[in-house]
Amino acid sequence: MLKGSVTIKDGCGHVPSLATGDLFFLLAWLLWWQAGHEDHAGPDPPRKVSAALKQGQITPTELCQKCLSLIKKTKFLNAYITVSEEVALKQAEESEKRYKNGQSLGDLDGIPVAVKDNFSTSGIETTCASNMLKGYIPPYNATVVQKLLDQGALLMGKTNLDEFAMGSGSTDGIFGPVKNPWSYSKQYREKRKQNPHNKNEDSDWLITGGSSGGSAAAVSAFTCYAALGSDTGGSTRNPAAHCGLVGFKPSYGLVSRHGLIPLVNSMDVPGILTRCVDDAAVVLGALAGPDPKDSTTVHDPINKPFMLPSLADVSKLCIGIPKEYLIPELSSEVRSLWSKAADLFESEGAKVLEVSLPHTSYSIVCYHVLCTTEVASNMARFDGLQYGHRCDINVSTEAMYAATRREGFNDVVRGRILSGNFFLLKENYENYFVKAQKVRRLIANDFVNAFNSGVDVLLTPTTLSEAVPYLEFIKEDNRTRSAQDDIFTQAVNMAGLPAVSIPVALSNQGLPIGLQFIGRAFCDQQLLTVAKWFEKQVQFPVIQLQELMDDCSAVLENEKSASVSLKQ
Amino acid sequence: MAAPMQRWVGRGRHWTFARVDGGSCHRREAPTGSTSNRIRGRSSVAQQPLYTTQKPRKGEHKWAAVVGLEIHAQISSNSKLFSGSQVRFSAPPNSLVSFFDASLPGTLPVLNRRCVEAAVMTGLALNCHINKKSLFDRKHYFYADLPAGYQITQQRLPIAVNGSLTYGVCAGKKQSQVIPKTVRIKQIQLEQDSGKSLHDDLRSQTLIDLNRAGVGLLEVVLEPDLSCGEEAATAVRELQLILQALGTSQANMAEGQLRVDANISVHHPGEPLGVRTEVKNLNSIRFLAKAIDYEIQRQINELENGGEILNETRSFHYQLGCTMSMRDKEGKQDYRFMPEPNLPPLVLYDATSLPAGADPQQVINIDQIRETLPELPSVTRERLVQQYGMLLEHSFTLLNEVGLLEFFQNVIKETRAEPKKVTSWVLNTFLGYLKQQNLAVSESPVTPSALAELLDLLDSRTISSAAAKQVFEELWKREGKTPGQIVSEKQLELMEDRGALEQLCHSMMEAHPQVVMDLKKGNPRVINKLIGLVRKATQNRADPAMIKEILEKKLSS
Repeated sequence: MLKGSVTIKDGCGHVPSLATGDLFFLLAWLLWWQAGHEDHAGPDPPRKVSAALKQGQITPTELCQKCLSLIKKTKFLNAYITVSEEVALKQAEESEKRYKNGQSLGDLDGIPVAVKDNFSTSGIETTCASNMLKGYIPPYNATVVQKLLDQGALLMGKTNLDEFAMGSGSTDGIFGPVKNPWSYSKQYREKRKQNPHNKNEDSDWLITGGSSGGSAAAVSAFTCYAALGSDTGGSTRNPAAHCGLVGFKPSYGLVSRHGLIPLVNSMDVPGILTRCVDDAAVVLGALAGPDPKDSTTVHDPINKPFMLPSLADVSKLCIGIPKEYLIPELSSEVRSLWSKAADLFESEGAKVLEVSLPHTSYSIVCYHVLCTTEVASNMARFDGLQYGHRCDINVSTEAMYAATRREGFNDVVRGRILSGNFFLLKENYENYFVKAQKVRRLIANDFVNAFNSGVDVLLTPTTLSEAVPYLEFIKEDNRTRSAQDDIFTQAVNMAGLPAVSIPVALSNQGLPIGLQFIGRAFCDQQLLTVAKWFEKQVQFPVIQLQELMDDCSAVLENEKSASVSLKQ
Repeated sequence: MAAPMQRWVGRGRHWTFARVDGGSCHRREAPTGSTSNRIRGRSSVAQQPLYTTQKPRKGEHKWAAVVGLEIHAQISSNSKLFSGSQVRFSAPPNSLVSFFDASLPGTLPVLNRRCVEAAVMTGLALNCHINKKSLFDRKHYFYADLPAGYQITQQRLPIAVNGSLTYGVCAGKKQSQVIPKTVRIKQIQLEQDSGKSLHDDLRSQTLIDLNRAGVGLLEVVLEPDLSCGEEAATAVRELQLILQALGTSQANMAEGQLRVDANISVHHPGEPLGVRTEVKNLNSIRFLAKAIDYEIQRQINELENGGEILNETRSFHYQLGCTMSMRDKEGKQDYRFMPEPNLPPLVLYDATSLPAGADPQQVINIDQIRETLPELPSVTRERLVQQYGMLLEHSFTLLNEVGLLEFFQNVIKETRAEPKKVTSWVLNTFLGYLKQQNLAVSESPVTPSALAELLDLLDSRTISSAAAKQVFEELWKREGKTPGQIVSEKQLELMEDRGALEQLCHSMMEAHPQVVMDLKKGNPRVINKLIGLVRKATQNRADPAMIKEILEKKLSS
């Protein structure tokens, strides 16, 4: 029953006009895909890309070039800070050789990926969207980057973010805000046209959410198949929800943080953004596992690779609905989709329980204290001495430190450093930091209790509403926005649990809405299995990036064609 | 890296205060704030020497000094505490720096097993309770040679606590008696060393060398049970010997492997403790004692003259022999301690708690480390006293000089001479020569085998002890001759021919009739003059006892 009601098909008869000529190339690429398929395979939807590579229907170099050209044509989205064209083409060439010799490294060989610009990439500038690290070229790869490369993935570039990942809009980096590709989708444009209040289309573009908005936009605009984000309080799940993607935050300790420039060490997790759950599982399979360079990764053997069974039956599942997540600020549309999703599980035989996470309301304040204290500590290394920005002032070391840090960090970062140091002062430590740690424990215990009561997976909203226009978003400051936008996501980080945002449906405005599934610690596979089942039920529509898509709408309305699954 | 490591840093005036003049560049931070429990009573073991001012005024009572030490010992390990870069003294600047040591963003600490084992070993040797679970914390301050802006240390829950260190203080008339004393150990914590700042005043530059940044340190915090410079010096010396015996630190103060800060206050016994100062930059045991005694006297004088003691950090100026305020303008630093989120709690096991089937590479077993503990200096001393019948103070001397014990044991191994004889020769003659020429045992021109051969000649009565001294002096000249060769070349063999000696005595008596007359008149002491003359005539080759016997026989006949 939900299947019919949540899957919002575009029933609109007329064709929207294009916002910019760039979009043509998005289509051109999709058409090319289509053409490639027609050349080889007949009337079926395009083959999944990994299979296509294996079968030689397309070469990694061709794939890489197409993505590069899409990156150029979608430059206005501001998704990428650095495009590593040469690196990617070279990797593609090597991948091509492997395919020719029948020595493919696996599902990720030859697959274009993007990486958030707070992961260290050897020889490629890594800025964290901050003046502080402008021009900083790390001499080593983050473990997760290395693992992707070891699997043969092609690194297309480094994606935009809020400075040092502090934000929920991808609007507060030195390279400017990221634009949500859905702003230019047929689905959204048509809805807007129906509303006479909407004028000035060009300036009404939407935020992606954040802080991994660049990665979300990159995947959403088809410039790559998967992207790494980071998730400290929801930074992967939030933009995934706003951009109609799968946004996965693995269990803390499952994936190495080595090389991820930290925001909050005790909560940071590399996140995965893909167009479908299976793709996320493939990437997780490549990344998960202990890392001798990260002492917080766990050694316990975890089932690998992360093959997700197709769940035929959910009758043995118990889905928990945390009652504290039903808050007045939640938009009615999200609320209704949430309850429909619960109904769906129930109607398919799952047990759906209301559960209580009693300390939820204290979570965001607690998160704020713990986040800022670690930020204050982690940012102490940026003093202009060893690397990164240094001011011209040299009257004294202290003056140099002060000016360097004033010039290097934006207001948001400086504000968090200031409050974090305040909380760590001897006279405040017990009242703020220690208390926050105790509350953190209570929040983590809330989840443990919920899971101990027999719940397998929790179902919650990911965000309060769909993406808002940039001009709307910046009416509130970063801190207020973060507090609102992380409301459903940060508690998971404090508890170290795995969570995934799955796109469910389009809002009345034609924008994606996501729901979040939260699993038991290190039950990532179970979580993704449930998410995969749900994904299949809701049939979330493919983003339609311009009018010419009508020509292949038959193809594009089939979710499989555009989610371009890596898997067969 | 975007920029070379060694770059200038514009420096503020106050940096000057943190410097030892000239080249020395070490700087340590103020104590963690929890280092000495000032309220706790003093150990009953330590006896307080009482100080008086030069001119005690009427009704005035005496002063007592309270001294606590914080000792940083560099762990002897191949690699640093949290990174894989090598640990080596005097390597080219910034040649031993990993990405982590330079605090490149995204790098994470990985604990070095060897450093943990060294801490456990040291803790056990110092009678500490080893915490099965300990934690790491970040201590924040900005300094150019601290790249991360914080030091990883163990503030809340250190690896070892509540130990003790027994040391011996010389007392008695000739300072020859050794009195054992004990100082309590509050804790031992693992922490990172900082880099080094080299200040170039001429160019207003500071050069940073990160070779030392991240090297593992054991911070040993002593309770304020000490009361004077000498106690502190001997306690530190004992700790140094223990660390060296364990191999957990080379503990060479000149190379900065052992660094001591002293917290000093004075008060009237029975009254609350006084305000303390901290004295830094104590880079030798001698200066440690000097600085403490100077500071105690300075505080007494200050108080006697109506002044007050500031809770401040002072630096010892070894050329002037005084302590000087470092005038830290910033005032008390707040280190904003925070748990280190990248390191899980450090969990140690013992035989009872070791999980079954645990990978020995992944766990540290305290009991196993206990079994590998080598002989500690106190036990070595006891053994020397037992085995060789030497005095306790002699055993102290043997251990205190680097290499002397080994030298002694090598001589013992090769000679037939009595251990007492060996002890006397090594401690008096050999050590005397070394001291006189300011040489280390390793620089000695006399090898253990040569001394052993010499003592054999003495033992077999081939030479007299006076001749032996002569041979030793020849050996010291490094002419490559063996004692035997020297003896035969110089004809130093003992005169075994009684007839010849009788002849010599006879002619000596005839040559000195006045002495013989005095003797016969009843002045027996003048016989020594005759003995001396005979010995001289034999070039010290005759046994004085035999000469005396012959002379007495002749006189009485």
